Amino acid sequence: MNKPVISNPWGALRAHTPARIALGRSGISLPTAPHLAFQLDHARARRAVHHALDMPALEGALAPLGQEIIVLESAADTRAIYLQRPDLGRRLSDRSRLELAQHAPPDGQDPDLAIVIGDGLSALAIEENAPGFLSIMLPVLAQAGLRLAPIVLAREARVAIGDEIGAGLRARQVIVLIGERPGLSSPDSMGIYFTHAPQAGLTDAARNCISNVRRAGLSWQGAAHKLWFLIQEARRRNLSGVDLKDEAEILAGPGGNAGFLLGH
Amino acid sequence: MPEYSYTLNRTRYRFASLADLMARASPLRSGDMLAGIAAIDPEERAVAQLALAGVPLRVFLEDHLIPYETDEVTRLIIDSHDAAAFRPVAHLTVGGFREWLLSDAADAVSLAALAPGLTPEMVAAVSKICRNQDLILIAAKCRVVTRFRNTIGLEGTLSTRLQPNHPTDDAAGIAASILDGLLYGNGDAVIGINPATDSLPTTERLLHLLDEVIRRYEIPTQACILTHVTNTMQLIGRGAPVDLVFQSVAGTEAANKSFGLNIALLREAREAALSLGRGTLGDNVMYLETGQGSALSAGAHHGCDQQTIEARAYAVARDVKPLLVNTVVGFIGPEYLYDGKQIIRAGLEDHFCGKLLGLPMGCDICYTNHAEADQNDMDDLLTLLGVAGINFIMGIPGSDDVMLNYQTTSFHDALYLRRVLGRRPAPEFDAWAREAGIFEQRAAGLLRPDIPGAFRHVIATDSGAAA
Repeated sequence: MNKPVISNPWGALRAHTPARIALGRSGISLPTAPHLAFQLDHARARRAVHHALDMPALEGALAPLGQEIIVLESAADTRAIYLQRPDLGRRLSDRSRLELAQHAPPDGQDPDLAIVIGDGLSALAIEENAPGFLSIMLPVLAQAGLRLAPIVLAREARVAIGDEIGAGLRARQVIVLIGERPGLSSPDSMGIYFTHAPQAGLTDAARNCISNVRRAGLSWQGAAHKLWFLIQEARRRNLSGVDLKDEAEILAGPGGNAGFLLGH
Repeated sequence: MPEYSYTLNRTRYRFASLADLMARASPLRSGDMLAGIAAIDPEERAVAQLALAGVPLRVFLEDHLIPYETDEVTRLIIDSHDAAAFRPVAHLTVGGFREWLLSDAADAVSLAALAPGLTPEMVAAVSKICRNQDLILIAAKCRVVTRFRNTIGLEGTLSTRLQPNHPTDDAAGIAASILDGLLYGNGDAVIGINPATDSLPTTERLLHLLDEVIRRYEIPTQACILTHVTNTMQLIGRGAPVDLVFQSVAGTEAANKSFGLNIALLREAREAALSLGRGTLGDNVMYLETGQGSALSAGAHHGCDQQTIEARAYAVARDVKPLLVNTVVGFIGPEYLYDGKQIIRAGLEDHFCGKLLGLPMGCDICYTNHAEADQNDMDDLLTLLGVAGINFIMGIPGSDDVMLNYQTTSFHDALYLRRVLGRRPAPEFDAWAREAGIFEQRAAGLLRPDIPGAFRHVIATDSGAAA
């Protein structure tokens, strides 16, 4: 009897894409190995979503940076509420708002930059990327002589919470490091959002985003390079968001050569 | 303003408006709760459904959920309403309309004739008092056929959009996924890429790539890059090979505005694509996407429930005679559709409403990793929509979209549905795939075990290059 699984001899094309091509088939269905590999990847992505940010461990990992750290929480009490009420994740709880007010700078000492670290949709992404990224970014900021606000760690946070925090700390600019929506093949992807002149109620149009910061994606070094460009340009032009984006994006065309399929 | 109320055991339930009644009658979903317009409990929902069942259909032509004066989608709906087509059901209430749709009087011919007489609000209302099996049975009677280079939506067929996305728009990576999909018999609805960037040079290069693939292998299908309509119009101006114009559409003027869109712009884009004359069998040149929750997400829902607003988006779609309308049901996230149960219900509602309004409905049967859903939920919705006669679904390698980070149906899933329901691809594509040696010539739907001759050089070339 023939073997039930028909394999696909174009597996070498996987060198060009992370997509799940050439999986083979049994009849017209997935063979057992790729089927169960998918189940495992989904379980990992789900874990990334529901994994609670380990605050003490994160504080420990950030300690070598020598910055003051404040731990806050959004108005979303639980993960279940967080997932269904994005509006609550965008603002601080009453308790945290009072706490933040304690940290407003003395007159005349407004910080140039506030750094907010939020769990977002993947605390895993933060645990794996935030300390390492900041260990590269902070020396750049220090060398340029920028005055930093205390680093804020925010639980059950959405991106926009950074605007309220940045404004509360009277910072000229705010960056938010946040766990992105986990993909099946990328449960550990961190996003970096940047806003010049933060204030509560801003929309996405006022922000710039650097996405896909992770081991198999954009490197910490590459992300720090892009962010430093945005910080400088925003200071020079006194704005951030869509108007800054057009020039910041590298307009290189897509790479790759499809000649193997087109026959030339 | 008319009053909407219902008396049950001497208790009088009042509803503030028709929009309020519709919202409270809607089956439970997180987006309506987020908007603060859902029924407070299942009992109030059931009473609202009783009240809604008693509302005459013609009321929807007079009591507009969103004012005629301030919303161009409402004006489109009212001004394009065909009173003659409406006549067979004009005397009915919402409850009576459900029974008419289920009756033997409603068949493919009478439903097609009725479509121009129905408004989105009427079909949304009746969907709210339908069980899932009603949504399936009624939709299965509808037949909507569209054409560009092949024929989509014929009875007994199921088409797929081949979605070869890549995180950096790498041409070789995209080509690899296209090859995978074609060799699994996918891609008859469209080969459609979501580009990772909106830059025009990238989009233009991808259009040429798809055009070359389709011409090189003489595939009876069409290409599309899912970028903003204004980008596509610019590319048409630059002479790029545009088959289909893509756009996301929503059900209110304000939500469309947040997409940088209005009805006139959509019509203009259609005219531009038609002027290229690239369709060989028909002039359906638009590929449109929708999804429950997009209006609320833009703060533009006017107090209406998300399913009703979704149906209104179909009025915008209907205006430009699309080849394909795709409701991207589970993409938006759990704040709008919380779990598998809500996603499945929404998918069936969207397909039902679109088909009753005369649209070539497909569905991106999908979920994100922060929703309470998994592959089994997608298998359920896939099978249910297949039974309901859906025109097309997505096809991607192994269900994993590595650019958009969500899961949708795979090339294998499409073959499963075709086999279990005895469906074929669009006939022109089917003939091509048999001729090319992808399918067996005689046995319907069987993939050949060996690599088709036309593609054998690909494997040889790239294996050599990679080695």
